[in-house]
Amino acid sequence: MKAVLLLARRELATYFNTRWGLVVLGAVLLLDGLLFNAFALTGKPRYSADVLEDFFYFSSGTTMIASILLTMRLLAEERQEGTEVLLQTAPVSEAQVVLGKYLGAFGFLAIITLLTIYMPLEIQVNGKVSWAQIAAGYTGLLGLGAASLAIGTFGSTLARNQLLAAVIGSLVLVLMLLGWLLSRITEPPISGVLAYVALFDRHFQPFMRGRINTESLVFYASVTFAFLLVSTRVLQFRRYR
Amino acid sequence: MIEVQSLRRTYGTTLAVDDVSFTIEANTVVGFLGLNGAGKSTTLKVLAGLLMPTDGTVRVDGVDLAEAPVGFRQRIGFLPEEPPLYDEMTVREYLAFLARLRGLPESELDARIAEVARVTQLDHKLEQVIGELSHGYRKRAGIAQAIVHRPRLVILDEPISGLDPVQIVDMRQVIRSLAREATVLISSHNLPEISQVCDRILVLRDGRIVADGTEAELAARFNRANVVALTVRGDRERFDKLMAARPEVRSFEVRREEGGLIDAVVTMEGDDREALVAGIVGAGLGLRRIDDAVDELEEIFIDLNREVAA
Repeated sequence: MKAVLLLARRELATYFNTRWGLVVLGAVLLLDGLLFNAFALTGKPRYSADVLEDFFYFSSGTTMIASILLTMRLLAEERQEGTEVLLQTAPVSEAQVVLGKYLGAFGFLAIITLLTIYMPLEIQVNGKVSWAQIAAGYTGLLGLGAASLAIGTFGSTLARNQLLAAVIGSLVLVLMLLGWLLSRITEPPISGVLAYVALFDRHFQPFMRGRINTESLVFYASVTFAFLLVSTRVLQFRRYR
Repeated sequence: MIEVQSLRRTYGTTLAVDDVSFTIEANTVVGFLGLNGAGKSTTLKVLAGLLMPTDGTVRVDGVDLAEAPVGFRQRIGFLPEEPPLYDEMTVREYLAFLARLRGLPESELDARIAEVARVTQLDHKLEQVIGELSHGYRKRAGIAQAIVHRPRLVILDEPISGLDPVQIVDMRQVIRSLAREATVLISSHNLPEISQVCDRILVLRDGRIVADGTEAELAARFNRANVVALTVRGDRERFDKLMAARPEVRSFEVRREEGGLIDAVVTMEGDDREALVAGIVGAGLGLRRIDDAVDELEEIFIDLNREVAA
């Protein structure tokens, strides 16, 4: 566990010490703010709960984009720069490397996500929303972010450079987002499976409306676990190639 | 002690290393030679714990790579040809991060970093950001990371490539000092360098060890002890005739002819330099220099490759 935390701490520090991390942080906060002002605060009278729901809707998109941007460098950059050898020759397992790096990225994404809290607070000040809806929405964002980060980490373990890592991560993410659409044009039982794996449609929407859905939390945890496991296997496989 | 037994490594159907076995005693500096494609890099990667062997065993101090990969890697320090550095960190942060990752106790950290910085002559660069270091210091930072956790085996791949002459002399000193606490395995294309710092030489060809011994032992294998380099002032034709006629000369090869000076390498039947010198002087040629053949290891290496190819 010590090695995992050490790797996570270094990863987190790298986001703060390099331009890339700060650019992602700034861009996400700016985009969230712009979307919130342009679409959620329309100037027309609306229920606060609906405004908050819109905020979480926009934030889910920026969270997924941020996940890909943050994870594309995790392992692909080490490979690109030749520093991967430091991790491969260190007395730590592949699972520890993947988990450590993932936790660092998750920590940074969590900080970005929580920095958006001023927007729900603005709604709270000017209107009336329940703290439960705010808490549920952020729980959903962190769950969706956790799963997206794991998908991005997987892309990063496969790719030789960061751009390719982002492309692989995005493709997998988009495929999982489109599950709901594909489920409509396929027959059962495939349609049922596709609807279930849809990252946003079935699993995130309840959180936006203030409902903490245990099934969806289990789903996000499963996606995270599965992609981190496959990422670990990819690194292990490289030693035997 | 490093023990490699019947090591075999394939990439798909391509055989890179075939039945390689050797043992290296502790605190020895060993040179690892081989032409490109000889299987040198693959062997080094297996020894560094980067790749798993297809067959065979690799042990460091009795710890087997296949049985205990994490414990094995704890005992290894590896510097690839291009030093793996985190450019945004200072040298101290970099060494501390890797020392911790490799399990060095926190209580020993500061003292060990200071010690390693002294050995690699990085003392005054510890607070500098790695991205701002010159090539020579980057190489040293690479060596420092390879030894910071007190490994039993230090593997250095081309440690002097890209260094200037002054840095090469310093690096030689650094490599020799590493042997006080670990076994050092050096892979290099710079044969004179290998011959200067290594106690023993392993030669790999086509995935197999084809020679193993000290430079003197390898020299004896090809009668290299009787090979001398000459510089003679005089006529080329007379020199050629004289060399062909001298009974102590087995063969000779003129390497350079410039400004009336002839540079040649002469292989003798025995170590009979006195007779050769007397013959040259007696024939009215001016002997300017007689010495052991320069780049002797290079000559041995070429002979060895010829022998194995034959």
